[in-house]
Amino acid sequence: MPSILIQNGTVLDPSQVFERRVDVLLRDGKIAAVGKNLGKADRVVDAAGCYVTPGLIDVHVHFREPGDEEEETIASGSAAAVAGGFTSIVCMPNTKPPLDNEGQIEFVLREGQRINLANVYPCGAITRAREGKELAEMGLMHQRGAVAFSDDGVGVGDASVMRKALQYAKMFDVVLMQHCEEPTLANGAMHSGLVSTTLGLPGVPAEAEQLMIARDLLLNRTIACPYHVQHISTAWSVELIRSAKKDGLRVTCEVSPHHLLLTDEACRGYDTNFKMNPPLRTAADVRACVEGVIDGTIDCLATDHAPHLAEEKELEFQYAPNGIIGLECALSLYIKALVEPGHIPWMKLIELMTAKPAEIVKLNKGTLKEGADADVTIIDPQRSWKIDKEAFVSKSRNCPFDGWEVKGRAVMTIVGGEVKWELA
Amino acid sequence: MTLASDDKPRWTRKHLLSLEELSADEIRVILDQADAFKEVSTRSIKKVPALRGRVVVNAFFEDSTRTRTSFALAAQRLSADVIDFSEKTSSTNKGETLIDTARNIEAMGVDVIVVRHGAAGSAHYLARTVKCSVVNAGDGAHEHPTQGLLDVYTMRERFGKIEGLKVAIVGDIANSRVARSNLWALNKLGAEVILVGPPTLLSRSFEQLGARVVHDFDSIIGEVDVINMLRVQFERVKSSQFPSVREFTRLFGLTWDRFQRCKKDVFIMHPGPMNRGIEIQSDIADGPQSGILQQVTNGLSVRMAVLYLVTSLG
Repeated sequence: MPSILIQNGTVLDPSQVFERRVDVLLRDGKIAAVGKNLGKADRVVDAAGCYVTPGLIDVHVHFREPGDEEEETIASGSAAAVAGGFTSIVCMPNTKPPLDNEGQIEFVLREGQRINLANVYPCGAITRAREGKELAEMGLMHQRGAVAFSDDGVGVGDASVMRKALQYAKMFDVVLMQHCEEPTLANGAMHSGLVSTTLGLPGVPAEAEQLMIARDLLLNRTIACPYHVQHISTAWSVELIRSAKKDGLRVTCEVSPHHLLLTDEACRGYDTNFKMNPPLRTAADVRACVEGVIDGTIDCLATDHAPHLAEEKELEFQYAPNGIIGLECALSLYIKALVEPGHIPWMKLIELMTAKPAEIVKLNKGTLKEGADADVTIIDPQRSWKIDKEAFVSKSRNCPFDGWEVKGRAVMTIVGGEVKWELA
Repeated sequence: MTLASDDKPRWTRKHLLSLEELSADEIRVILDQADAFKEVSTRSIKKVPALRGRVVVNAFFEDSTRTRTSFALAAQRLSADVIDFSEKTSSTNKGETLIDTARNIEAMGVDVIVVRHGAAGSAHYLARTVKCSVVNAGDGAHEHPTQGLLDVYTMRERFGKIEGLKVAIVGDIANSRVARSNLWALNKLGAEVILVGPPTLLSRSFEQLGARVVHDFDSIIGEVDVINMLRVQFERVKSSQFPSVREFTRLFGLTWDRFQRCKKDVFIMHPGPMNRGIEIQSDIADGPQSGILQQVTNGLSVRMAVLYLVTSLG
């Protein structure tokens, strides 16, 4: 494997709170050295004007394989990941069939390795067939390499099943991720409020999310399993987690780009690219999510990359499937939502995309310490570009940010010491 | 027949999708045009050549008798060729039906698609997909613009103006496209709208849309000029939106007792079809202060006006 020397960039490593103009030498798939005068390498990369950061990590993506390969595959999803600067991703288990047994976990891992672009980690289902009734074989899946568990797409509605899942997963101290949505309040097409009333669309109240978060926090209070709230979207959800953390409860959470940038107002006009679950909420909710990022209540950023074909999305709003893709523009959108307005500095942004997610799913990654895996992202913070869904390498085009002018972009993605993607 | 003269505000829209997007002037253009067409219905030969050679398709994906008939007759009175297309969507073919049907209909070279569909936003969706004009004949719980128009037309006919009227709309507001279209039109034309129903069928959000939200029918019964009663949907009992039809009638029905406490010249309306004896007592519906059949008659003129205007751009 050829060695790589990254020169002239500013190394930004939140795991060591390190920000300095130094070089980085990658050799044999590891970070060989960080400093000055590191000698020669087979390839020299000029990172002048760029940040050199640990490889970005996204703990929430849908690669649709097996089952819906026309929407995305592990190959196309991995390509989209590295094109967005991501070196590691965690695949949600709502495939067809779902990732609810060790064979499926093995398949995703092997396919990720065969494609050999990003590091692909599977998240197993909490319950068999994601039906919320019986526990899936979490122990065997964990042994095989599942880094987390979730029934994502739906929450575990039955409190007794969730309680047992928390107790059981605690045995392995592996994180349970919850798509928080009380199923009896979930029959809607968008956020319940003024806009849904105007549009005549059935609404999902904010309480659907809050109720399940509150329930799980109570259930987990004495169990203390690692518990993670996926795609948080409401102000009161942020407040619940803030106060739980104050009380010392074991909880983490993530937020997606669209919940930091868009509100339910975007649904006027019935464009299904603004339909996702959790739905776009109000401006007050967006402010609260940003506030949660600033004060540390929100632990990490995750895209919820959810590919759908145009013809699937091309339906009446209430019948269209939920979700949007995010990997290839997420970094720029986080910059727009959080860094450009001065809410957080670059160091914090990169921490939310590297060290923090690595900690949640216990990956020995998200750092540029010597000896660590050579997963590196080079980011040009000045690079202005226009998001163009037609230029995406993802198989799908369901992106509500198409046409947005943004600034800041990954220009090179290195995984395991190999350049997997660079901006042409 | 006299058409709107040149000094009046002009109609510039290809589609009629909602009343939310119309200005007060645009609504008046339609109402005035409907006035002009109303005279046609009094002739022995009830037909004008305004849409001769044009094709209007009634694409109804939901059951409807009066709206479909009214649109068909309106188009025929304008001398258009009318094609009736009805198909009920099932859960297995939802969505596909609408887009495929729309493209097929378009390929036949039509001028106007009148669409009724159970999903909110389907008329917008269709308007984005096809090149011909689209008229919304009811999309889910969103809007039913021609019903809203014929309701305000009927009120204007009765009172001479809309401005200053107090209008109560009573019943299942949350699921009602009629209520929304009425609310937009009445607000724009300067009426005061009072929405009446239980909180499970009438959220506070409607206040932000410019209505007074009231849960006690009796508290406003004596102050309103118009009472528009909506049809009770029995299936809402199953989804626990109210406990029983009996209780609903007692709390929100237009009973004889309530009618006695109304203003002397109160005007009673209902978009139909009625549940007699449930939301409205029969002798009130059939009585002298009821405008229910006038609504149906006026629906024809209003729909003629709409079809005429959306095709008037060339």
